[in-house]
Amino acid sequence: MSELTLTIIKLGFLAVLWLFVLSTVSVIRSDLFGSRVTPPARGERRPKPAKPTRPPRRRKGEPSAAVVVQGASAGLQVPLGDTPLAIGRGSECELHIDDEYVSTRHAVLRPQGGTWYVEDLGSTNGTFVGESRIHGPTAVGSGIPVRVGKTIIELYK
Amino acid sequence: MSEAQPNPAVQVRKRRGAELVLIVVALAVAVGAYAIVGITVTGKLSQQVLSYGAGLAILVGIAHVIVRIMTPYADPLLLPCVVFLNGLGLALIHRLDLTKIENARANGESLPRADAPLQLTWTAVGVAAFILVLLVIRDHRRLQRATYTALFAGVGLLLLPLVPGLGVRFQGAQIWIRFAGLSFQPGEIAKVCLIVFFAGYLVVKKDALALAGRRFIGIDLPRGRDLGPILSAWLISLAILVFQRDLGTALLFFGAFVVLLYVSTERPGWLFVGGGLFAGGAWFAYIAATSLHIPQFSHIANRINAWLHPFDPQYREGAYQIIQSLYGFAYGGLLGRGLGEGHPNLVPLAKSDFIIAAIGEELGLTGLMAILVLYGIIVERGLRTALVCRDHFGKLLATGVAAVFAIQVFVVVGGVTKLIPLTGLTTPFLSYGGSSLVANWALVALMLRISDQARRPATLPAAPTEDALTQVVVRR
Repeated sequence: MSELTLTIIKLGFLAVLWLFVLSTVSVIRSDLFGSRVTPPARGERRPKPAKPTRPPRRRKGEPSAAVVVQGASAGLQVPLGDTPLAIGRGSECELHIDDEYVSTRHAVLRPQGGTWYVEDLGSTNGTFVGESRIHGPTAVGSGIPVRVGKTIIELYK
Repeated sequence: MSEAQPNPAVQVRKRRGAELVLIVVALAVAVGAYAIVGITVTGKLSQQVLSYGAGLAILVGIAHVIVRIMTPYADPLLLPCVVFLNGLGLALIHRLDLTKIENARANGESLPRADAPLQLTWTAVGVAAFILVLLVIRDHRRLQRATYTALFAGVGLLLLPLVPGLGVRFQGAQIWIRFAGLSFQPGEIAKVCLIVFFAGYLVVKKDALALAGRRFIGIDLPRGRDLGPILSAWLISLAILVFQRDLGTALLFFGAFVVLLYVSTERPGWLFVGGGLFAGGAWFAYIAATSLHIPQFSHIANRINAWLHPFDPQYREGAYQIIQSLYGFAYGGLLGRGLGEGHPNLVPLAKSDFIIAAIGEELGLTGLMAILVLYGIIVERGLRTALVCRDHFGKLLATGVAAVFAIQVFVVVGGVTKLIPLTGLTTPFLSYGGSSLVANWALVALMLRISDQARRPATLPAAPTEDALTQVVVRR
């Protein structure tokens, strides 16, 4: 077999080797950037809490995030937009808390006129703002502890 | 916040089609390599190409179908990468077989046994183990119950080669058992058991181990009383080193434990403690061997001397493998000699420990980098699985599997390229060796199982606490 053929085989094999590597990398790439959510078509979403790309614009002084400061899910942080946020143990809750003293749908945080209100959803153990148990929509300023089960949530600016 | 709610319009892409395409490419590369080495070494297309290709394709096809049925959401890249490495390894072993047979024929000796068919058989066993793991372990969280069973199984398997009459010493290391004419390395299966144990143990103990102790140059060191587990892991690794003379396995277990300790506690202090213990152990072993002349440690001194002074005539004998492998890499250069055009058979143990040297010589730096990138992808997919996974045990298990692959590749490639002292470990999926192949296929199956659960849409499996009744707070 001629030298030329051997060289072609050699280089061709290396090229195919890298072709494989690059095609695996392209699958990873589509994994990262391929969330095409065109209405009827298929898109891709990883089953982890999706991060909203940009929180909606808000006025100065309003809380920007709800943070779990104490409890099993401490450190969990959910940005506040302009839609209500459910707090609970169920996976469909935006603030999904892994605490067995929290009800599946425990409470809801909703914005109104620049202020956030927390409302209990008939939970087993109740919701506390500061030290007192709430019985209706209660305004929550940033830094005021909201206690559900054994978990404490605060709104941060 | 509507994004957090399951959106029926958005479907999770399973990417099984992409997996199939990649598997086909991987098979084509493997069969192509097999054909090329036949042509270049013997001058004609070997007639086994068809049977080899068909055998590999059937095995991989079955594995792919099982993945489609059992773990439809699993990571699409792991299986193709593994098939690629395994297939290329088979082709390289076949290539070394051919040279050995040619040489024997030229010298008029009796023809030696070919190793590639045996390796193909082991691949079949490995795929069977892969399928078995996928079929039996429907939920990786079940494994957490077997934490201590896994510990005893792992330690028992590690000790097996020391049983008189069963264990076999080869190349100084006592890590093989011979049973019914087959030799087996139980340490490879112990690897799987011990990762399960590490993950299960650390899930329970991580909170206690995460408590910070003294602060030292900006690093929170763990408390002294929490050092028990890491010290026992260290002592067991040292015992493996002394009694089985197996540096690689000792390093692998200790490294995997330290990585998991770090990941579960999020305390970098453990890395320093682990690194310090490792450095202390290595230094002690070296001193024990060179100054005190304790025979248990002589092999370590040999390895370290061969690493530091490979061309020193005094250590020439011990460094022979490394020298040959370095010459191989140099001869290969950037683009390699081409498959079947080099002389990788001049490196001792080219089929097992030094298969990386054979790749470096015949495929060059370009080919070697491709292989290393593939290992990197396997590890990355493992860590990605750990990130996405919803339960702590699964996270640690996936991290453990990824860490084992990473450490193993680093130790082997580092040893062969003289970055670190040479230790006897197999290159995952590439090297000749049945036990390692079977154990690694099982590990990949475990990883696919975890990633299937991690990538499944969130609404399907409810987290275990969600369905339970809410506990009532008792006020006193």
